[in-house]
Amino acid sequence: MDLTLADLKVGETAIIDSFDVEQLPMKLVEMGCLPGNEVGLLQLAPNKDPLYLNISGSHLAIRRETATHIFIRKKGE
Amino acid sequence: MSKNINVALIGNPNTGKSSVFNHLTGLNQKTGNYPGITVEKRQGVCRLPRGVKARILDLPGTYSLNASSLDENVVVELLLNKKDKDFPDVAVVVSDVENLKRNLLLFTQIKDLNIPTILVINMSDRMRRKGISIDTHKMEQLLHTKVALVSARKNEGIGVVKEHIAAYKTLSTQACLDIKKIDQDYFESLERTFSNQSLYKLWLVITQDVNFAKVERKKMEAENANHMRTPSYLKRLQQKETIKRYQFINNVLKECYEKDSSKATDLRGKLDRVLTHKVWGFVIFFVVLLSIFQALYDWSSVPMDFIDASFVQLSEWAKTSIPSWMAPNLIAEGIIPGLGGIVIFVPQIAMLFLFIAILEETGYMSRVVFIMDRVMRRFGLSGKSVIPLISGTACAIPAIMATRNIENWKERLVTILVTPFTTCSARLPVYLILISLIIPDERILGANLQGLVLMIFYLLGFGMALLAAFVLHKILPQNQTSYFVVEMPNYRIPLLKNVVLTILEKTKSFVLEAGKVILAISILLWVLASNGPGETFKNAPQEVAKSVSVTDATFDQQLSAYKLEHSYLGIIGKGIEPAIKPLGYDWKIGIAIVSSFAAREVFVGTLATIYNVGEDKEETIKERMAAETYADGSPVFTLASGLSLMMFYAFAMQCMSTLAIVRKETNSWRWPAIQLITMTIVAYICALITFQYFSL
Repeated sequence: MDLTLADLKVGETAIIDSFDVEQLPMKLVEMGCLPGNEVGLLQLAPNKDPLYLNISGSHLAIRRETATHIFIRKKGE
Repeated sequence: MSKNINVALIGNPNTGKSSVFNHLTGLNQKTGNYPGITVEKRQGVCRLPRGVKARILDLPGTYSLNASSLDENVVVELLLNKKDKDFPDVAVVVSDVENLKRNLLLFTQIKDLNIPTILVINMSDRMRRKGISIDTHKMEQLLHTKVALVSARKNEGIGVVKEHIAAYKTLSTQACLDIKKIDQDYFESLERTFSNQSLYKLWLVITQDVNFAKVERKKMEAENANHMRTPSYLKRLQQKETIKRYQFINNVLKECYEKDSSKATDLRGKLDRVLTHKVWGFVIFFVVLLSIFQALYDWSSVPMDFIDASFVQLSEWAKTSIPSWMAPNLIAEGIIPGLGGIVIFVPQIAMLFLFIAILEETGYMSRVVFIMDRVMRRFGLSGKSVIPLISGTACAIPAIMATRNIENWKERLVTILVTPFTTCSARLPVYLILISLIIPDERILGANLQGLVLMIFYLLGFGMALLAAFVLHKILPQNQTSYFVVEMPNYRIPLLKNVVLTILEKTKSFVLEAGKVILAISILLWVLASNGPGETFKNAPQEVAKSVSVTDATFDQQLSAYKLEHSYLGIIGKGIEPAIKPLGYDWKIGIAIVSSFAAREVFVGTLATIYNVGEDKEETIKERMAAETYADGSPVFTLASGLSLMMFYAFAMQCMSTLAIVRKETNSWRWPAIQLITMTIVAYICALITFQYFSL
């Protein structure tokens, strides 16, 4: 099964694998959300939404809905 | 040739761009709006070495030149329009040392427009703590520009920035990225059609809705028809461009930037774990809000009472000391109380902006956005709506302007429409004076009862805003997918200079903008109150003298009451009395309400004017209101009528300036009209229910 950012647990990190750019705001891409970059989940708001991420050094929050469009792979895979 | 240089200050949000601007210009700055839109425009003058002067323009913060909001669009528009009088001779890109990689994306885009571009790396004081080292010489070579390491906090490196600006003519304008590499076919066909234009500029114009050259754009679209691509194709190209730019940036940073993570301290992580915690995050947020309101109430009453009393005295003095040819009555009864009605707000507005500025500067606001997003979404709002709603407690106008960073139009519109329900500072004096009249100064469970009622009204405002948002969310159609990307900046200690300048600027703009309206209305009211139509008004002394009950002692008082009743103002008030009687108001309050439709804050001033006409006794407004009775001797301001009046002010749309801003931000008269009508109906019904309930 394909893992998405929404499957990450707090404190985990992974590598961004792929995403459909049409499903994402350009701003997210500009802030470093690009295939191959590292992403870590720092914190979850109540109801696990939004997600507080560290994407290759950029600290930002996105909603769970957006996170389900970003596929990830575990480090070293 | 003029020696003035145009400088544009550009940068991502949260890079300390404003601090750099404040250091460059000092107090030599002014704030205005871009024509036609309400994006704030900050300009200042900076003296450079060798007698050169630079006009510095502080552009809105943006992450890239792919504009997705009005603020960002301003930046793109200016940089694409060489004919603009503000077009920069040199661009200064302000970046933050910890987010350098991301900040450089914008830098490369601006450099590719062939504008001389200086790179400022701010917050250099954090380098050691974060284990960062930078080889600036190497970086200058790789980026073909000048780099300045700056610490705005410690006021270091500003001199270097000035040197670089002064020497802008020596800077290379070599591009960072060969745009053709993104898609050879596409860009070469573009080049063939528009042979004499910069490809990157063309690309920017194609990919975004840039207003500046609508006509030119149309023409271009027509010619361009054969190489038009679908939006999704263009978006893929944009992604490709971003990847290419990051490749370039990574190659640069590899050679001149080092970060030793083991030396970094993790204060951010520790604070985040508490401030964004599921339980503690909310508890802390609630405590912060509560403290702000308590402080606001406790600290503002003393200066407000002082201002109130001072203006009464000033008015007394004016009446007796100003020579008659200078119209002492107009000055003492119209202008001075009017001015008093403006100045009385200053302590509160300054204090509110103090708190808001601190919350913003520390980075705490973003955490509030984060923890509140889910809750707000239930009401059709976004976490980003929290800032406008909280700012709304100062004034709806900046609050509505603050909705601009909500990307989703529906969420933004709902926020704009409901923000005026939050208790703005203009309602505060109305509440304060009514609460002190009708609510006893007692303590319940250790809490001040008056303060408690005030808090209830604040909560009522938020509650109604959320309820209205929920209803609007259900009614309005969803028109686009909702995107939500919020940067979580580092925690910082606020810079005193920034906070003070924010307070000064906001207070000044309130005093000047709202003050004009208030003063004009106060004068108009005085004229309307001291003049009346026909013989009944002119023959007032004779008419009053005829009255059987009149004695020498009461003659003056009865005369002034008679005059007011038969003045133009009295006629208006009496005209609407049947409509407002069920709410518990008399015609004098009616006048205050009518005049408040221009701006709420006029209420107290209006009552002051109305009650002052013909009054010689030295009394404060409050004492005068408490003494006001109906013909049968029962007081006008009771618990029922007071609460009813507060309910009316809580919900009615009584602010012309807000309506004007909503018109600007939504680009249509439809939404302000809906706001005005709906809110007034809601206010009327709530006030009616309140009065009837408490009169039982």
